[in-house]
Amino acid sequence: MSDDAIKPIGMPKWGLAMTEGKVNAWLAAEGAAVNAGDEILEIETSKITNVFESPASGILRRRVASEGETLPVGALLGVVADADVPDADIDAFVEQFRQAQAAAVVIPPPEPKLVPAEGWSVRVLQMGPDDAGAALPLLLLHGFGGDLNNWQFNQPDLAADRMVYAIDLPGHGGSTKSLAAGDVAALADAVRGAMAALGIARAHLVGHSLGGAIALQLALDEPARIASVTLVCSAGLGPEINTDYIEGFIRSDRRKDMKATVEALFADPSFVSKDMVDDLLKYKRLDGVLPALRTIADAVFAGGRQAAVFTDRLGTLEARVQAIVGEADRIIPPAHARALPDARRHVLGGAGHMVHIEQPAEVNRLIGAFVAFAD
Amino acid sequence: MSKKSYRQAINEAIAQEMRRDPRVVVMGEDVAGGQGAPGEDDAWGGPMGVTKGLMPEFGRERVLDTPITESGFIGAAIGAAATGLRPVADLMFVDFMGVCFDQIFNQAAKFRYMFGGKAVTPVVIRTMYGAGFRAASQHSQCLYPIFTHIPGLKVVIPSNAYDAKGLFIQAIRDDDPVIFFEHKMLYDDIDEVPDEAYTIPFGEANLTREGEDVTIVALGRMVKLANEAADALKKQGVSCTVIDPRTTSPMDTDSILESVEDTGRLVVVDEAHPRCNMATDISALVAQEAFRALKGPIRMVTPPHTPVPFSPALEDIYIPSTAQIIAAVKATMA
Repeated sequence: MSDDAIKPIGMPKWGLAMTEGKVNAWLAAEGAAVNAGDEILEIETSKITNVFESPASGILRRRVASEGETLPVGALLGVVADADVPDADIDAFVEQFRQAQAAAVVIPPPEPKLVPAEGWSVRVLQMGPDDAGAALPLLLLHGFGGDLNNWQFNQPDLAADRMVYAIDLPGHGGSTKSLAAGDVAALADAVRGAMAALGIARAHLVGHSLGGAIALQLALDEPARIASVTLVCSAGLGPEINTDYIEGFIRSDRRKDMKATVEALFADPSFVSKDMVDDLLKYKRLDGVLPALRTIADAVFAGGRQAAVFTDRLGTLEARVQAIVGEADRIIPPAHARALPDARRHVLGGAGHMVHIEQPAEVNRLIGAFVAFAD
Repeated sequence: MSKKSYRQAINEAIAQEMRRDPRVVVMGEDVAGGQGAPGEDDAWGGPMGVTKGLMPEFGRERVLDTPITESGFIGAAIGAAATGLRPVADLMFVDFMGVCFDQIFNQAAKFRYMFGGKAVTPVVIRTMYGAGFRAASQHSQCLYPIFTHIPGLKVVIPSNAYDAKGLFIQAIRDDDPVIFFEHKMLYDDIDEVPDEAYTIPFGEANLTREGEDVTIVALGRMVKLANEAADALKKQGVSCTVIDPRTTSPMDTDSILESVEDTGRLVVVDEAHPRCNMATDISALVAQEAFRALKGPIRMVTPPHTPVPFSPALEDIYIPSTAQIIAAVKATMA
């Protein structure tokens, strides 16, 4: 019986800070057939509670972790195998895994780095295989008020077969906070400078919200650098924008206000954890952040409308473009994505403006397939 | 972002603000050390080394070793603030407040009001408090209730390094007199502290644990003990919200009241002497504003009403313990 026949389900690592997770609930029964991508567990961490999709297909032969149990990242949660694998083999596998875990040397996860670019310093988190071959790298661009941690459910998966860079935009995360101009063209130029500093000659872009508009601008300005653009709940495809959210985000200074504001980002408001709110407040209290957000909001969302709209120029882009939106997006109307042809537009039900966090497996699958196609 | 101690976080806050604003000056007994004597300059940086490194960077014009006279130099700092500087004055042990209290409570606290807004007093008086150091009754008190009692003073009590840096920067930028309480047993505690400057608003509590059964309010070093108690109780099936007000003046009473509306049970942990301390203040407030939400009496966990003992065995019994907090929580559940 080959080792591949028995597949371990391990506690995932969501984001830089996660060291352990609590099994809130099993969503699949022992003995049930599961496909890769099926929701099999609800896992709670200090930062977020989310469903975990099975990485493997087969029968869920053993539910090793119990509901309510807290386990470290990497710990064995369950075992998937075919029905004909003997129970004794499953038992042996579980025992072997436990012993290997006890003896395991912990490989420290990648840490973000601060890199000098042209006129600013960019914080970047880089993940990827030892040998990426010919696969072009991916560059992930977060949205207004976000940071590279927004991609914590996407970057590790996408980094399986190519290098993936997630950066903090100017004014955000750990990057330089002071900025002279906050319009999309200026931000895109800053990202171009970051790509040059990181030695990225040509890449696929994934942009969320404002990051999407920046990606489109960059694809127009630097066609040689950009192979494809995946727009996730993107700005730049229409004039409408929920300015109540933007102003509320800038204005919210206390826990209660910030919690109420960011609940609008998700189809299910229970996604917003105390840690998520605290992290946002800590970011906003860094020197220079409020002026930066004000500068960007005034330039990009002046008068309650998006200033940079690219729909008339989509046809001129050399890069292939796809759009992924959440049906319940309350920040940017999902209908904006109709600027793209049906075959390049994916509307995910039950998700809001943070579709890459709400339905990461499907988003990762769509990105992975698209960049492989466009490599 | 990197790991820093409570001591380093405060040092960094002062240094970054001194670089940003030339009006910020530091003054106190041996805040550098060695003034006027042969031997090493910047020998001390204060008794716990918090201000070490500042005099070599900013010079003796901005980092002033003063004579041993709080009535003199605290008064001087307050006067300097009223005339345009932004002094950070070191009241080394809060127990020494007696000799300079008029300057603080009758002058600094009242200038803004008595001069019709024409005078502001942007002074920060940083001071050590708390027991556990075997420093005996005249060097171990928690006198923040006395300062909280005075309208016109702001009172800040950080429980960890991250809060300490943000609150100190906020204190320096605040135009009112701020009394900044540093627990002498917390200086080596390590936390993730951003390298950049940041602020934390006054009057905003931090929730360190969230639960449905009991609300625990704790201050300063007691926050750590309250967290330990909450974690131990969670394993026994009791979930607690732990609230760290961070500042007692202004104080985030909304967070406390909202939590008590949810849980119906309150325990307040205060290392200050039991008569007229913050525990009595918070308990009375909750009893008035949220009486109907309470399922039973409020419990206060405080030391006994005695001076802080010098005997180590007695000092250890004097300080509120995690076990006492757990017992108080269980008493509210009975």
